[in-house]
Amino acid sequence: MPDQNPHDDAEFCVPVSSVNDIVTARMQGRVLAEQLGFSSGEATLVATAISELARNIVQYASNGDIVVRSITNGTKRGIVVVARDRGPGIVDLKLAVRSGYSTSGGLGLGLPGVRRIVDDFQIVSDRQAGTTVTVTKWRS
Amino acid sequence: MSVPILKQAQYLIATIQSALSDEDLLALQTALVEKVGKYRSRGVIVDVTALDVLDSFASRTLRDIAHIIRLRGAETVIVGVQPEVAFAMVQLGITLEKVSTALDLEEGLAYLDKRLQHARAEH
Repeated sequence: MPDQNPHDDAEFCVPVSSVNDIVTARMQGRVLAEQLGFSSGEATLVATAISELARNIVQYASNGDIVVRSITNGTKRGIVVVARDRGPGIVDLKLAVRSGYSTSGGLGLGLPGVRRIVDDFQIVSDRQAGTTVTVTKWRS
Repeated sequence: MSVPILKQAQYLIATIQSALSDEDLLALQTALVEKVGKYRSRGVIVDVTALDVLDSFASRTLRDIAHIIRLRGAETVIVGVQPEVAFAMVQLGITLEKVSTALDLEEGLAYLDKRLQHARAEH
C-alpha cells in the first residue's frame, strides 16, 4: 500500500524566460517546501537552489522551465527540482560543476554551489536538446 | 519593485522591502552610487532583513555596491542577513569578502559612526 499523502502529487511548473521568473520560481518552491513540512532553513536551501538553476536558464539558454514536485521514499519526504532548457548545451560538464569555473564572468558558484546544498544532483546536457539539471532535497 | 532610499544626516539607508529581481538590484546599485555623490554621504546601509534568499547574483551585486561606494569615498554596511539566509550562503560557497556587515540597522548605524569618528581622529 503506497503512502497516501495529500501532497504526493504536488507539482508546479514555472516557464523561465526572464529574470522576473527566477523570483516566481523560487517563491513557489519555498511555499511547496513549507507545505511539505521542510524547516525554514531547508526551505531556504530549496529556494536558493531553484534561484541558481533558474538563473542558469536565463543566462545560458534564454528560456526553459522549472518543474518542482514532491516525492516520497518510505517515510522520507522530499522535493525534486527539474530545470530544463533547450539552450546550446554545456560542452564540458565536468568543468561546469567545478567550483570557481564560469564562462559568464560570474562567481562560478552556480552549479557547484547547488550541488553542495542538495542531496542528489544529476545533469544531462546535449548540444542539440539542451541541458536538464535534476536535484533532490530530502526533508530532515 | 524599487528600493526606497532614505537620507539620514550623512548616511543613506536602503531598505529592501521584498524579493528583488536582478534588475531591481542593479537599479539599487545605480541609485546608491548617484545619491552618494548628490548628498555627499559618508556611509550607506543596505538592509536585507526582508530577503529570504541571497543567491550568487544578489550577493555579487551587494559586494559590487560596497566596492563601488568605497571608490566614491563612503562606507557600506549590509545589515539584517537572516540566520537561514546566512547558512544557505555559506553552504553555497558565497563570501561577502571585504564587505562590512552588522546585525541590524541599529548596529549598522553604530558601526558607521565609529568608522567616521575614527577617520576624523586620523586627521
